[in-house]
Amino acid sequence: MEADTLNDDDVVLREAGIPADSPVQAALSGRADILAMTQKAHDAALTPAEPGGLSHALRAALAVRAARLHGEASLAAHYASLMAEAGAEGDVAALAEPATKDFADRRLAAFAAYTDLASLAPKDATEADIAALKAAGIGDADIVRLAELTAFLAYQFRVVAGLKLMQATA
Amino acid sequence: MSETLHDFTVEVPLWRPRVRPIDLAEATPDQLDALKVTPSNTKVSDYVLVLANDVETLKARTPLFNAIMYNRGGLGRSGRELGAVGASVVNRCIYCAAVHASRYNQLTKTEDHMREVFAQGEAATLPSREAAIYDFAVKLSKTPSEATEADMQALRDAGLNDEEILDLVLSAALFGWANRLMHLLGDPVARQAEEA
Repeated sequence: MEADTLNDDDVVLREAGIPADSPVQAALSGRADILAMTQKAHDAALTPAEPGGLSHALRAALAVRAARLHGEASLAAHYASLMAEAGAEGDVAALAEPATKDFADRRLAAFAAYTDLASLAPKDATEADIAALKAAGIGDADIVRLAELTAFLAYQFRVVAGLKLMQATA
Repeated sequence: MSETLHDFTVEVPLWRPRVRPIDLAEATPDQLDALKVTPSNTKVSDYVLVLANDVETLKARTPLFNAIMYNRGGLGRSGRELGAVGASVVNRCIYCAAVHASRYNQLTKTEDHMREVFAQGEAATLPSREAAIYDFAVKLSKTPSEATEADMQALRDAGLNDEEILDLVLSAALFGWANRLMHLLGDPVARQAEEA
């Protein structure tokens, strides 16, 4: 599974937009295996073969929400395209907008609240936040899926932000 | 039941899950493969058993984690651990901070830096190279990231090359991920109380 060359279609490389002749590109080539594994993690978190109670559409909508909370407009656009591919509509599509916090479906409200907490202030999380997910009828396995999705996104957004700063000062 | 820890420590605590770890006796072949369970290796931590609830992501994450923290070349081990600690301080992941602060102390053979970090948190004052690394990791860990071109330039001025800076970006970002699992899905609890 180790790759020794970069794949320009990887989300992180596409969004960071590092020119081919940049010294940053040379550093990335030395970590091509990590970039390839990052893309595999993206696919596992966003479009898993067994999505459980978190459909691909719902995952993509939460990813748009998280990207907007992180101020990452271009990544929000990437995840909006995944939302469209997955056919997100109605209240699931409404999850993409961070200002929308009230949902008739209490599961969706709980997904939104957790995404906001994990994105903005994970340090403030307590047992009560996990209890709130359970009270909304979200099972243990889906809680882990939600945690992995939001946690992976926090990683990916920071890799892209860091690469852009590297390029800006190269 | 022992008390949840809220203060930073280099004594690695135990971790008490808030969601149900999978039952090894009922694990699927895919889960056993991800956990690397064999008849001679059946010891798996509760943390990994919790993550096995989402086996596809776990399988992608484990080799990625190891590559970012242990791949050869680039930034030395202690620099990557310092990046991990910076993220863990921002996200107040007591467990992650303990593990990676203690590794940092072993690698650098000094306890001064982590004593300062645990006393002053994000405002810790470290020697110039360590300060550039720590401050960058702290700022990158905010939402949205507060790291600036000046912070990046400080890394270059401290003598880090592109390969080293990339490894720091990766290790600090990786703990944005790890902290959000460890700190949200369970509680750190004192070791001696559990073992008594």
